[in-house]
Amino acid sequence: MADAPTFVQKSASLDVLAFLRRYAALTSLLVLLAFNFAVTPHFASWQTLNVNLTQVATIVIVSVGMTLVIATAGIDLSVGSLMAIAGALAPLIFLSPFGVAHPMLGNVLAFIASVAAAGLLGAFNGWFITRFQVQPIVGTLVMFIAGRGIGQVLTNGNLQVFHNPTFQFIGLGRILGVPVQVIVMLIVVALAAWALRRTLFGRQILSVGGNERAARLSGVPVNRVKRWVYTISGLLAGVAGLIVISINSSSDANQVGLGMELDAIAAVAVGGTPFTGGQASVVGSLIGALLIQLLRYTLLANGVPDAAALVVKGAIIAGAVWSQNRGKRA
Amino acid sequence: MPPTVPLLVMRDIDKRFQGVRALSAASLDVNPGEIMALVGQNGAGKSTLIKVLTGAYSRDGGAITFGGEPVDFGSPQEAQRCGISTIYQEINLVPFRSVAENICLGRERRRHGFLDWKAMNAEATELLRRFDVEIDVRRPLIEFSTAIQQMVAIARAVSFKARLVIMDEPTSSLDEREVAVLFDVMRQLRAEGVAVIFISHRLDELYQVCDRVTVMRDGRTVMASRLAEVDKLHLISAMLGRDLETVRSHTTGFSAATAKAGAEVLSAEGLQIGRRVRDARVEVKSGQIVGLAGLLGSGRTETARAIFGADPPDAGTIRLLGNEVQLREPSAAIALGVGYCSEDRKAEGIVPDMSVRENITLAILPRLVRMGVVDEARQRAAVDKFMKRLAIKASSVEQKVRELSGGNQQKVLLARWLCTDPKLLILDEPTRGIDVGAKAEIQSLIRELADQGLGVLMISSELEEIVEGADRVFVLSDGRTVADLPHAHANAAAIMTAMAHEDPGATGEPAGG
Repeated sequence: MADAPTFVQKSASLDVLAFLRRYAALTSLLVLLAFNFAVTPHFASWQTLNVNLTQVATIVIVSVGMTLVIATAGIDLSVGSLMAIAGALAPLIFLSPFGVAHPMLGNVLAFIASVAAAGLLGAFNGWFITRFQVQPIVGTLVMFIAGRGIGQVLTNGNLQVFHNPTFQFIGLGRILGVPVQVIVMLIVVALAAWALRRTLFGRQILSVGGNERAARLSGVPVNRVKRWVYTISGLLAGVAGLIVISINSSSDANQVGLGMELDAIAAVAVGGTPFTGGQASVVGSLIGALLIQLLRYTLLANGVPDAAALVVKGAIIAGAVWSQNRGKRA
Repeated sequence: MPPTVPLLVMRDIDKRFQGVRALSAASLDVNPGEIMALVGQNGAGKSTLIKVLTGAYSRDGGAITFGGEPVDFGSPQEAQRCGISTIYQEINLVPFRSVAENICLGRERRRHGFLDWKAMNAEATELLRRFDVEIDVRRPLIEFSTAIQQMVAIARAVSFKARLVIMDEPTSSLDEREVAVLFDVMRQLRAEGVAVIFISHRLDELYQVCDRVTVMRDGRTVMASRLAEVDKLHLISAMLGRDLETVRSHTTGFSAATAKAGAEVLSAEGLQIGRRVRDARVEVKSGQIVGLAGLLGSGRTETARAIFGADPPDAGTIRLLGNEVQLREPSAAIALGVGYCSEDRKAEGIVPDMSVRENITLAILPRLVRMGVVDEARQRAAVDKFMKRLAIKASSVEQKVRELSGGNQQKVLLARWLCTDPKLLILDEPTRGIDVGAKAEIQSLIRELADQGLGVLMISSELEEIVEGADRVFVLSDGRTVADLPHAHANAAAIMTAMAHEDPGATGEPAGG
């Protein structure tokens, strides 16, 4: 009978607008690419592509974990600090007498142990937040502050310099001409996007973020899901930390991952994932990170100083949020 | 006809949303000092009409005069300044601020440039006392019950010197005593010359307090009359646009049980939960609809949540399908074949941004998974089956559930549990806030399910629903089960008597015994 009217019919022009709004980040990215091809000298080169992708890879890897956390209506401020811890731990292992004596085993152990440590600390974030019902921004602030301290204590605050091509393959190596970290990035994005859409865990993440109380009453293990997303965020931060130290051939617990939490959050925001939870786009976060990176590159390549680029970065985030709100109201 | 000038005249109001007509030549007249009932099914246009009046929506056509002057409010704030206050279904106050602040928000008293707390507290206390509410107005609003919060919202509206107060389903979260207090408040407003527009789904309430009624259907005003001149049946038929003959037989969609009750599925005894539930007992057999009646705050919802494992009880025994269980999480209850539809559809039922498909399969999803990956073919099959069976109206299974009407959202939640093939379904206010048509559909569905062997525990504040629907009725009062009535004896009088009087066994005990 007289049910609430459903608004199915839309005119074609509305569809185009809705499309542009929905894919605002992608559209901006394409426009910016076109601009660069036309204006920036030497833009259309393999090297430009590699430089940009290499620089953005760690941000994308971390922002994938961030997207999952934000999908549960949480946030993870600790990712930068966890990168520093993983980055501090790995050289300690492969530079140790054991690691020097058994280089292969040392490298494998360095990789696994440091990523696992970051994952464990992520799990601690999740436990802390669910056990004591702390707000995620406060819960992860603890690790944001303490984590960098742990990294510095591990290394006595020293800069660790190394030359270890096998280990550094993750940051410097290439497979068929493609930088390894770019491949890692693409695998992480593809896997997370698929998992969010197709797996039980993915759907549970979105239901927890969409309505936590309803999810619990429907049998979703809310706390377990939350603990896992923070663990995954920690693991990915660990991987990103190893990529950063490999590129630098050195590890400085003071510097690795500094400000990464904000870059990752910015990528997620520009990518169109709402901070209220329940909806998420991993590919959106990839596009968001690419857009921010390319914008910065464009400004630098055309002689605009880095400081000014920061202002522009702020402006795109504001623009992204604005277009999201418009999209919601329409 | 009295020579009064109408306070509010809305004529030929048109409103479209993206080309779809929501209001079509709708009208509404309200006289000063009159309580006007505004009724209609969900989607009939009541809320839209009110939002057009208060300026929340702009109108596409028609004229509004208020107090003799043509008006065109740009926002609800502007309407409020001109004397129209609205109290919405969802209370929109500031939960962590004090009661007094909430009442005075936007017109704070100042003295020497500072906020004059003493004056504001005194004013708030005075206003609330008029409504028989004696509370510490310095405490944060969130510490009080929904009913008190509602009173605060009304006190706030009155404090704006409103000439017209609009109440959108104010009684849906109140118990009968509180409703009585609210009605006293409304009568007092009327005596002071303030007009009230009262929107409610509970028709009985309208007769207690309203002077006239305006009925809307499909965006039009189909009837405006003195309430004393229309009986309930005519009112329903005007709302539904159906023949009187088809609604005369009964007021709910329940029919009598056709099957015999089978084995016991639930027996809970001596339940204690916090201070709200002290000694609750309830039993459900398969094929049976068991009603759980009681005033708001009598511990009905708490009892249901304890049985479902959402808030484990402090004491007492729960037996499900013959085995004693101690459930700590809803997932454990679901695994045993129990489902629970919360009374708060929005906060605890739907996941608003997910599709109809995902909402239906939320509880069963772990069983539709192979190696952690959702088997979409099986998911679609389950969804299709229950979309058809429950006649859920959605543009597609991918439509977001928040876009559906309340009745269809409730059907989605029922489908969520039915596809888990439960043995016991706990329904907390299954038809609250749902239009009459969908309500009858859901009620007849519940009976059909029981006839197929499902055990149903149904909490309802509507006596008709309990009296006509339940095969056995437990009445809770103050956290105790005070009556256990078979269908034959479960008439309104018996249930109300049980609610009002504690049973002798309970009163005889010393406190804490």
